[in-house]
Amino acid sequence: MKRPINEMKVVFPSLSENERFARITVSGFLSFIDPKVDELADIKTAVSEAVTNCIVHGYPDKVGQIELCVKVFEDNTVRIKISDKGCGIEDIDRAMQPLFTTKPEEDRAGLGFAVMESFMDKIKVKSKLGKGTAVTLEKAVAVRTRV
Amino acid sequence: MGVEIAARGQTVCAKLVGDIDHHSAREMRCVIDVAVRENDAKELILDFSGVTFMDSSGIGLVMGRYKVMCEREGRLTIARLPGYIRKVMKVAGINRLARIVEDYELPKEQEQEVMKVETTN
Ligand SMILES: Nc1ncnc2c1ncn2[C@@H]1O[C@H](COP(=O)(O)OP(=O)(O)OP(=O)(O)O)[C@@H](O)[C@H]1O
Ligand SMILES: [Mg+2]
Repeated sequence: MKRPINEMKVVFPSLSENERFARITVSGFLSFIDPKVDELADIKTAVSEAVTNCIVHGYPDKVGQIELCVKVFEDNTVRIKISDKGCGIEDIDRAMQPLFTTKPEEDRAGLGFAVMESFMDKIKVKSKLGKGTAVTLEKAVAVRTRV
Repeated sequence: MGVEIAARGQTVCAKLVGDIDHHSAREMRCVIDVAVRENDAKELILDFSGVTFMDSSGIGLVMGRYKVMCEREGRLTIARLPGYIRKVMKVAGINRLARIVEDYELPKEQEQEVMKVETTN
């Protein structure tokens, strides 16, 4: 996959009201490739999961920065990277298991990663304790006429 | 955005409106739990027809209400699911916890209470 045909980057503080901002920003940016409604819903849901994780888990007791990058490639593959400089994940394989959560209080289901995996084509998680976490999501959307 | 509560006897219906994410779920959860307690509910119906977006925070909301209703020896019903919400529910296998129905009708009763609570979002 060569160079992106379009890309954007936005940095925002880890406030829960920005979960909505992140979803709407991604869907607004992607409007130029005119994705199908259900594909866009999948992408918005996955973005919401990753951003919420930065807010809830990455920065549990402080407000930190979240970076959201979106790239679109010639073949209409969308690649989204969501990263924080928060506490990091100790054991990524365990964290990604369905129903695993370190915060069962506040009704966490432990299904965020399961949702990202089932709604996107690819997911890659990089994390370092005390340094932060980066989640890269990829999905090929149906090629339609570009606006 | 928020929750519209309609109570008929020991049946509480909560119509969820707008996006359900970690930000909005907090307040929705509080409003529902207060209504369940105040009406000593034996059945809780969650109406999703007004939901425009939902992530795993919505699944957590449903699972949490399932626990609440279990403790009260009551029942949880999920109704009027839009297609895209159904897809999120499927990841969680919610059908094992709650009865999922296309539609429902509240029992008719003299004393009916309708309360509307707006959440800030
Ligand atoms: N950005 C992050 N920083 C630190 N820990 C994380 C991060 N993202 C995920 N985790 C860890 O991975 C676990 C699983 O995440 P996942 O999103 O699957 O479930 P959850 O957030 O706990 O619950 P849900 O998403 O269903 O509300 C979390 O409980 C947390 O311990
Ligand atoms: Mg999560």
